[in-house]
Amino acid sequence: MRQTFKDAEHLLRFAGLFAVGIAAFFALRAAFIPKGFGELGHYRAGALEDNRQRLPRFAGAAACGDCHDDVRQTLRTGKHAGVHCEACHGPLAPHAADPIATAAKRPDPLSLCPVCHQKNVARPAAFPQVDAAEHAGGSSCTECHVAHNPGLE
Amino acid sequence: MMNRRDFLEQSGKFLLLTGAAALAWDSVLAGQPEQAPNYRMTDHWWAMFIDVEVCIGCGNCVRACKTENDVPAGPAYFRTWVERYHIPKKPLDPLDAEDHPTVDSPNGGYDGFPERYEEGDAGKSFFVPKLCNHCAHSPCVQVCPVGATFESPDGVVLVDKSYCLGCRYCVQACPYGCRYIDPRTNTVDKCNLCYHRITKGLTTACCESCPTGARRLGDLKNPQDPIHELLRLHKVQVLKPQMATGAKVYYNGLDGAVR
Repeated sequence: MRQTFKDAEHLLRFAGLFAVGIAAFFALRAAFIPKGFGELGHYRAGALEDNRQRLPRFAGAAACGDCHDDVRQTLRTGKHAGVHCEACHGPLAPHAADPIATAAKRPDPLSLCPVCHQKNVARPAAFPQVDAAEHAGGSSCTECHVAHNPGLE
Repeated sequence: MMNRRDFLEQSGKFLLLTGAAALAWDSVLAGQPEQAPNYRMTDHWWAMFIDVEVCIGCGNCVRACKTENDVPAGPAYFRTWVERYHIPKKPLDPLDAEDHPTVDSPNGGYDGFPERYEEGDAGKSFFVPKLCNHCAHSPCVQVCPVGATFESPDGVVLVDKSYCLGCRYCVQACPYGCRYIDPRTNTVDKCNLCYHRITKGLTTACCESCPTGARRLGDLKNPQDPIHELLRLHKVQVLKPQMATGAKVYYNGLDGAVR
């Protein structure tokens, strides 16, 4: 070994510089690259958990039926069977979590029903639609229709 | 020159170090715990089915998404929105300027679509809900300079808000225009398929509030999922197929006029 490295101190110094540079590179890399980066792909693995950190505002139709089974039965046989509860009643996750503390509000039919059922050329022709102003002369939709099981009128 | 003994000594040390490093790496990967206890990412591959022939343009999905995901109010910020296409009846004179389709999306469909067209004049008229297509070969993931947007192992393109620089390269790269800059944080935001809901077994807010079932979330890896039947029974298309993005939002009844 000593024979090989005789008269080659300058090379050793150069190699030493490189070694220090490489070590510094790895040290800085470890400092700057966030934890979890590269584990699952070219991204920070912790971002998956970050995207899960949000409280749902909609409870989901399955949650409503636990207490409101009567409504669920009414819906089942009618035209609104496929309409989830919160499509009309709005986000109700707080109510589902604590029904007594957070009351749900009954929507006003004349403001709600035309959102879907107002006559519009772009809506499919087979979809039931009326001109809300002319259809019932201003009276509320629920005077003739049962919201959870609207009949064919 | 190095003699054989020294060479063996050096290479032996090198191999040992690499072997040790490899073992250490494996233990890092194995030690990544599943964050949601019953949810295994590799069991799912999320997609969505949208039926243009059924959508009534009520805007429930737009409102629900804004509520659920705290999207800023106003016409520039949408994770999902609805467009109304109106294609007039073909005129007798093909050079007639009135012949072109028109699109409108008043506040993204948030307040519904006020009637604009006379009943008689529509050749075709329909609504197209749009959102992030969660592309399998996503251009936005490709261009991000730092890796702040990525496709999760379960097929959802997500944004790492703490890592995003706000350079807007991805906003430019997305062919569907589904990304926007959140003015409050100056970072990018977009539909994340309600990741906080789907990992808990709920469906997305837009699908939950859709009254007609025009929007349906689907898990392509689940053989019982209804999306397989829907894809089999309908003639489906993706938006901008020529971009070869591997988009995973499948549309039934997508007209050629839709961009």
